[in-house]
Amino acid sequence: MTVTEGGVSVADGAVAADSSAQDVAAIELVDVAKDFGGGADSVQAVRQVDVAIRPGEFFSLLGPSGCGKTTTLRMIAGFEEPTRGRILLYGDDMVGVPPYRRDVNMVFQSYALFPHLSVYDNIAFGLQRKKLGKSEIAWKVQQMLEIVRLEGKERRRPAELSGGQQQRVALARALVNQPRALLLDEPLAALDLKLRQTMQVELKRIQREVGITFIFVTHDQNEALTLSDRLIVMNEGLVEQLGTPHEIYEQPATKFVAGFIGTSNVLQGVVDRIVGARAVVVPADGEQVLVPATGLRAGQQVELTVRPEKVVIHAGGEVPAGERSAVRGTVTDVTYLGTSTTYTVSRGDESELVVFQQNASSPTAAARPGDIVWLSWLPEHSYVFASASHDSRSPDTAAAS
Amino acid sequence: MRSLRSRLAPYWLALPGGMWLAIFFVVPMFFMLSLSLQTGDTLNGYQQTFHWSTYSDVLSGYHVQFVRSIIYAVIVTSLALLISYPMAYWIAFRAGRHKSTFLFLILLPFFVSFVIRTLSWQFILADNGIVMGPLKDLHLLPQDFHVLATSFAVICGLTYNFLPFMVLPLYVSLERIDHRLVEAAHDLYAGRFAAFRRVVLPLSLPGVFAGVLITFVPVASDYVNATILGGTHTTMIGNIVQTLYLTNNDYPAASALSFTLMGALLLGIFAYARALGTEDVMQTAAAR
Ligand SMILES: Nc1ncnc2c1ncn2[C@@H]1O[C@H](COP(=O)(O)OP(=O)(O)O)[C@@H](O)[C@H]1O
Ligand SMILES: [Mg+2]
Repeated sequence: MTVTEGGVSVADGAVAADSSAQDVAAIELVDVAKDFGGGADSVQAVRQVDVAIRPGEFFSLLGPSGCGKTTTLRMIAGFEEPTRGRILLYGDDMVGVPPYRRDVNMVFQSYALFPHLSVYDNIAFGLQRKKLGKSEIAWKVQQMLEIVRLEGKERRRPAELSGGQQQRVALARALVNQPRALLLDEPLAALDLKLRQTMQVELKRIQREVGITFIFVTHDQNEALTLSDRLIVMNEGLVEQLGTPHEIYEQPATKFVAGFIGTSNVLQGVVDRIVGARAVVVPADGEQVLVPATGLRAGQQVELTVRPEKVVIHAGGEVPAGERSAVRGTVTDVTYLGTSTTYTVSRGDESELVVFQQNASSPTAAARPGDIVWLSWLPEHSYVFASASHDSRSPDTAAAS
Repeated sequence: MRSLRSRLAPYWLALPGGMWLAIFFVVPMFFMLSLSLQTGDTLNGYQQTFHWSTYSDVLSGYHVQFVRSIIYAVIVTSLALLISYPMAYWIAFRAGRHKSTFLFLILLPFFVSFVIRTLSWQFILADNGIVMGPLKDLHLLPQDFHVLATSFAVICGLTYNFLPFMVLPLYVSLERIDHRLVEAAHDLYAGRFAAFRRVVLPLSLPGVFAGVLITFVPVASDYVNATILGGTHTTMIGNIVQTLYLTNNDYPAASALSFTLMGALLLGIFAYARALGTEDVMQTAAAR
């Protein structure tokens, strides 16, 4: 095993160590692809993934079932060999290295705890294989039991624990080895909602406490947005977007991401003219949507998105003023949800927009079904997708490939 | 009372099996026990005399065959385990979609009569048969070399005949092992051997236990292999019982010998279960 550059350059002082640690990704996937089976019935589980995960990061792979998340994780762990591409662990190519020689550990979706071993022996398993001394193992296991809050349960068998406790054992069993990265495959999927929420908080706390890079696979967008420092959204074996939860939510790069994360309104229109840094898109006569002009030219057909909570509904014949995007439609549905109201607005071209409006203390005129209303939002709240979903990956991955 | 009725339900369900055991096992057992303590002969009839010394008589008369049977059973069971484990392991973990084909191949000899199978081994191992004949012609073996009528032949026959008894329980226990456990072991720095020793082997112990049990017991009381493949120095306790019962009509001695064998086997199994910690093994199996 090699040593991280950050670890070697201790004598050069903290600054040097910091900058080199910044440079070397904890895990880097370069043009990685995986096909299962040969010939006619081969499955392209992962078509192309390029990503660099920073040391100490909580990084998520988010995507619908079957998009290749588990396969990607298993390639990092060493259970599958990529058909193409390189997997670097702190700069070292891991391809061809068996799982038991990789300094990463995995938390399996079904936990895969050893049923014949006690909690203690499950957690000690990796340390025993590394031939650590008995007292050191005992000390580390004890420490780990405290971190995952399972003190006093060390003599139990996995079958004698609840789902949440088994989950903690699985976590402890992997973390106690202080791996370079911890791989988690939908670790919370088997837990009920309440426990899942508790464990989300716990996971984040533990990650902060141990400072290990977490690579977290989930199909639950809320989980990914809540927990991650950064994440990728995957679809059909490809990376749709890489970014912080904020970027992914606020600026979905593709129609897929906009649709997969939260609720999004998608509009179509033609770029009418470029005015300075803004492009004016006209979805229909008399309407306008202002978007950043980068990469756009007049006459181009575009799709763009705006989040429901960014849209203001102008009831009672009011007309939006100022430099705002504005479109028109007929209210078809109003759902009062206590703190907010959801409006569904139907537009001439059969498309629908959803609007979330906070219920303020002094309510303005409320729109009613059948009303014709204007909807408006600030220019910085809508984003244009390049036309097709798949050749429009995020800037980061586009640069890497 | 409904609760009482539902509590009694399991016993009602156990009734047919219980009756079966009572009629075809327990009653004959008592009959045999009483027979073993009688004296007399077929001409004048038998009387119940509680003649316990029949037991010491058969033990002193046949302890050689007794010990031999146990030794054969130990050797055969060990050989069967050594041969079966890799076979079952390979089928369970490596055979992929061909698992059932291989299992069928292992069971295939069962479709041929036990006696015919053993006779074909006699044919194979014959002094001038298809193996030894050519070897002797080529002077690779001395002319008077023989395998039949030796312990070797009997042990070979027994191992061959009882192999499926070992393979099947081993296969079942190995097949049930979640492959992710092996992956988890690899993930936790266990190489192939360590993963086997620390995860696969312990989890397959219930299969080993069952396999050893159902091989050892019938092997120890087998008489067919010794009859067909053995000679005068390979007689097993099964042969003696057969001779006493069918040829000599010495029913008390045959019964006493059977009981002694049964007692010895039960004691052995009990000790074996204690040593291996059946509770623990079975619990592990159940916990999955
Ligand atoms: N061992 C395998 N053999 C064949 N196809 C597989 C195998 N593993 C996964 N796949 C296929 O690859 C695709 C991606 O699977 P996976 O990585 O498990 O997706 P996810 O974890 O995102 O749900 C799926 O279509 C799946 O059927
Ligand atoms: Mg998966």
